[in-house]
Amino acid sequence: MHRNEPEITPALVAEHGLKPDEYERILALIGRTPSITELGIFSAMWNEHCSYKSSRLHLRSLPTKAPWVIQGPGENAGVIDIGDGDACIFKMESHNHPSFIEPYQGAATGVGGILRDVFTMGARPVACLNLLRFGSPDHPKTRHLLEGVVAGIGGYGNSFGVPTVGGSVNFDTRYDGNILVNAMAVGIAKANEIFYAKATGVGRPIVYLGSKTGRDGIHGATMASAEFDDKSDEKRPTVQVGDPFSEKLLLEATLEIMAKGCVIAIQDMGAAGLTSSAVEMGAKGDLGIELDLDKVPCREEGMTAYEMMLSESQERMLMVLDPAKEEEAEAIFRKWGLDFAVIGKTTDTLRFVIKHQGEVKADLPIKELGDQAPLYDRPHVETPKQPVIDADKVNAPLPHDQALLKLVASPDQCSKRWVWEQYDHLILGNTVQQPGGDAAVIRLGDGPKGLALCTDVTQRYCEADPFEGGKQAVAEAWRNLTATGALPRALTDNLNFGNPERPEIMGQFVHCVRGIGEAARALDFPIVSGNVSLYNETQGRGILPTPSIGGVGVVADVTKTVGIGFRSIGETILLIGETKGWLGQSIYLRDVCGHAEGAPPPVDLAAERRNGDAVRALIGKGLVAACHDLSDGGLALGLAEMTMPYGIGATIADPAEGVSLTGWLFGEDQGRYLLACQTPDLEDVEANLRAAGVPFAVIGRTEGNMLALPGAAPISVRAMARAHEAWLPDYVAKAEA
Amino acid sequence: MKAAVLLFPGINRENDVARALAQSGVKPTIVWHAEHDLPQGTDLVVVPGGFSYGDYLRCGAIAGRANIMDAVRAHAARGGLVLGICNGFQILCESGLLPGVLMRNRDLKFICKEQHLRVERHDTAYTNAYGHHQIIKVCIAHGEGNYVADSATIQTLEGEGRVAFRYCDAAGHVGGKGNPNGSMNDIAGIYSEKLNVLGMMPHPENLIDSLIGGIDGRGMFDSLGAFGKRAA
Repeated sequence: MHRNEPEITPALVAEHGLKPDEYERILALIGRTPSITELGIFSAMWNEHCSYKSSRLHLRSLPTKAPWVIQGPGENAGVIDIGDGDACIFKMESHNHPSFIEPYQGAATGVGGILRDVFTMGARPVACLNLLRFGSPDHPKTRHLLEGVVAGIGGYGNSFGVPTVGGSVNFDTRYDGNILVNAMAVGIAKANEIFYAKATGVGRPIVYLGSKTGRDGIHGATMASAEFDDKSDEKRPTVQVGDPFSEKLLLEATLEIMAKGCVIAIQDMGAAGLTSSAVEMGAKGDLGIELDLDKVPCREEGMTAYEMMLSESQERMLMVLDPAKEEEAEAIFRKWGLDFAVIGKTTDTLRFVIKHQGEVKADLPIKELGDQAPLYDRPHVETPKQPVIDADKVNAPLPHDQALLKLVASPDQCSKRWVWEQYDHLILGNTVQQPGGDAAVIRLGDGPKGLALCTDVTQRYCEADPFEGGKQAVAEAWRNLTATGALPRALTDNLNFGNPERPEIMGQFVHCVRGIGEAARALDFPIVSGNVSLYNETQGRGILPTPSIGGVGVVADVTKTVGIGFRSIGETILLIGETKGWLGQSIYLRDVCGHAEGAPPPVDLAAERRNGDAVRALIGKGLVAACHDLSDGGLALGLAEMTMPYGIGATIADPAEGVSLTGWLFGEDQGRYLLACQTPDLEDVEANLRAAGVPFAVIGRTEGNMLALPGAAPISVRAMARAHEAWLPDYVAKAEA
Repeated sequence: MKAAVLLFPGINRENDVARALAQSGVKPTIVWHAEHDLPQGTDLVVVPGGFSYGDYLRCGAIAGRANIMDAVRAHAARGGLVLGICNGFQILCESGLLPGVLMRNRDLKFICKEQHLRVERHDTAYTNAYGHHQIIKVCIAHGEGNYVADSATIQTLEGEGRVAFRYCDAAGHVGGKGNPNGSMNDIAGIYSEKLNVLGMMPHPENLIDSLIGGIDGRGMFDSLGAFGKRAA
C-alpha cells in the first residue's frame, strides 16, 4: 500500500532501536509487516524513554498516594492539594543526552519541556529548579558544557518569565562523557480546574496548537535510550532548538482557552511528539484517534508521514476541544499569533489511524501501543557492601581550619552564585528565600502561604550503597524543606542510571528505588511524578547512580520561614540530632584525604522524622533565628555556610567525650540540623526539644567575625567567603583567558 | 492616577509592575499592543520588562514599531508620563522616545542580582519620594543593559541633568565595581528633555516588600502616586 517506501529489513529494525524479539512482538500484535511509519511509531512508543520497559516493574513499588495527592505518576505532572482550593503541579525531567551534544539548546529545551508538562495541566508556572552534574573540572569539555547548560537554562526560563529559584551543581569525573541536566517546574492552579490527557467523546476535533512541525528532533527519544559512543557528536541534528517566546505565547493562549472552558483533554508534544501525545490521549480515554497529516502545520515542504509522526519540534500541544467552542479557541490562538489546526478526530474504533496524501500510513491498535510495550525484569545484582570507616583511624592530613578552607573553595562546595545569577530568580516578586540556602521559598500571590522547593541527591552514597543512598536522597530533600520551616508534602524523582542491561547497574537502580520508597513511606513524602533516564554511559562507563529528588513543601506563613545565615551577634547555636562522626563516603575523606571509600552514613528514618518535626515546630513558634541542615562536609561546613551570608562569626565549644574531633567536625551523620536562637529563647527551645525526645547539644554562640572551631586556628569569615565565592568565576575565567 | 501597562507578546513583568503601581495607589490597566489608542484618562504609560518578540531581533526593535507606540509618542509629546523598565527602556530607545542604545552586558552574560543605585535627582514625578543622592537597593535582570550613546548625547544628558539613576556599590560609590554591565557613565536610567519620559534597566517593581529583599523600589511608585494626587 505504500509506494516508494523502504523495505523493512532487520538492519532497519535495529536502527530503530528495536531488538529482534521486540520486532517479533510487533509482528504478532498486528499480524503483518509494519509500514515504515508504523515501525517509527513503535520505536517511539517502545523505547526506554517512553515505555519505561526496564523500570516499570520496580517503579510500581513506590508510594504514590496520600490524602493530599490529587494526581500521582502517569499524567504530564503530579498534583497535590495545598489547601484553600489551590493545587501545586510539578515534575522533574532529564535532558541529559541532548545537553551533552548541544549544551545550550539541550538544556533550554529541557526547561521548555518541563514547563509545558506543568501548564498543560492548567497550572501557571511559578518556579523552576534544576539539578546539574558535570564531569571533572579538569576535563577539557567541562567548562564548555557548564557555560552552555547554564546559559541555556537561563535563556529559556528568563525569557519565558519564570523565576529559577534553586538547584544543585556537582562535578565528578564519572560524568565526563555524560552530564546530567534535570529540570523541574512548579505551577499553581485551582484544585478543581486541573486538565488531563484523557480524551472523551467520539467524533470530537483534535486540534494542533503552537509552533510548526519541522524535521528537528526526529528520534530524539530513541537517542535518549542508547549509550553514547565517540560518534555521538554526529547526533547533533536530533537535538531540537528551543523558542521560549513561542512557549510564553503558548502558555498564555492555553490558559486563556482553558479559562473559557474550551478544552476537554490536552497533552503536550514532548518526546516522540505527535505520536506519543495522540496515543496517550486516545488510550487513556478508550478511544481511537484518526489524524490527517495534510492538515499539520509544517515548517518545511515535503515532510513525510514518518517525519511528522516522529518530529520533536518544540512548543506544540495537542487538544481535544469542545466542538461548540472551536471558533472561540481559534480566535484566542490567532490573537497570540500561534498555529491552530484541526488535524483529526476521536473515533470509537480503538485504532490509531494516520492518513497522508490520500494514503493510510498507519493503522494500529491504540491501547496495545502503550499497554503491550515490552516489560523487562532485568537481572540485577546487589552492590557489595563497603566497610564502615573507623573515624578514630582517619589521619587528618591538614589542620582542621585549612581543611575547612579547602572544602569551602572546592568545586562541589563552593558558592554557585555564578550559576544562579544568570537565572532570573526575582521575577514575580515572590522569592522569599533566594538561591544559596537549603531550599528556596516562594510566596503564592500576596501570601501568606508559600512553597518550599529543593533538588537533592548524594550520588557517591548511592554508588557505595544504593539502598541507603536512595533513602538519603529523599531524607535530605525532606530535611532541606524542613530547615526553612516548611512541611514537606510530595516529591518528584528523576532516576539517572547507566545501562540497565548490565546486572550491576540494574542492581543500583532496583536498590535505589527501594530506598527511595522506604524513605518516602516513612516520611509521608509520596512520589507524584518522575522520569527515568537510563543508558547514561559513554563507551561502557556508567555515571554515578543519580536518583535526583525534587521536593515540595507547603509553608503556611512565609513570614515565619528562616534562612541559613546567622543574623546577629550573641545568638546561641544548637546541634540537633546524634553525632557519631561518620566519615565513610564523606566529602572530607574524598576531598581532603583523597580517598573516597567506606559505607555511607545510614539513615535512621524514625530519628529523621522526629528531629525534623521538632525543628519545624520550633521554627513555626518563631523560636529560630537561622537553621541549616547538615549534609556534605558535616558540622564544620554547615557552620561555615551559616557565617558567610552576613559575615557573622561563631565560637564553638569542644565536642563531648568519645567522638573523634575530625569525625565530629566533618562527619556526615544524617538527621541533623544546626539552629541559632536568640539566647533568651534558649530555655524554651531546649524544653521543646526535650519534650520531643530529640538529642541536641548547645555548641556555641555567634560573635565577632571569625569562625573558631575546637582544635583549629580561628578562620576569618571574610577570607573564607572570598574563597567560597571565587572558585567558580575563577574556573570559568581560566577558560576565557 | 491612571496607568496603562502595555502588553507586547513576550513581555513578562507586567503583573509585577501592576502590583507595585496598585500598592502605591496608581490604578493600572493592561493594554494590548495591537490597540491604536490609550484608555481615556491615561496619565502614565508603563512599558514593562520581558522579552518582547523574544528579543530575536534587536531588543525592543519590533515592539518600538507597534501600533500602540504612535499613541504613546503622542502622549509623551503632550507631556504625559512614560516609564520604560528593562525591555521597556530598550523599547523606548527603539521608538525614538529616548536617545542611545542598550548593548550586551560587558561580560556577555545575563545578570540577575540585587543592585544599588544612586538617585541623581529627586525633583521629578518618578523620584520625589527619595532624598538627595539617596542610595537605593533594587534588582537587575538583563542580558542587554549596557547603555551606550555618542559623546554628544552623553554630554547633553549630563549637561541637562537627565541621568536619572547611576549604578553604585552598597556604600554609594559610583564608578568601578558598582557598574554591573559596562554602561557609560554608570548610567542606569535616563529622562527625556522634559523629564516626563523615564527609561531604566533596573527593576524597582521587584523591591516593594520588606519580605522580598526590601522596599527601596517602592519610592518610585509612591512618587508617582503623590505626583498624581498633586496634579489632580
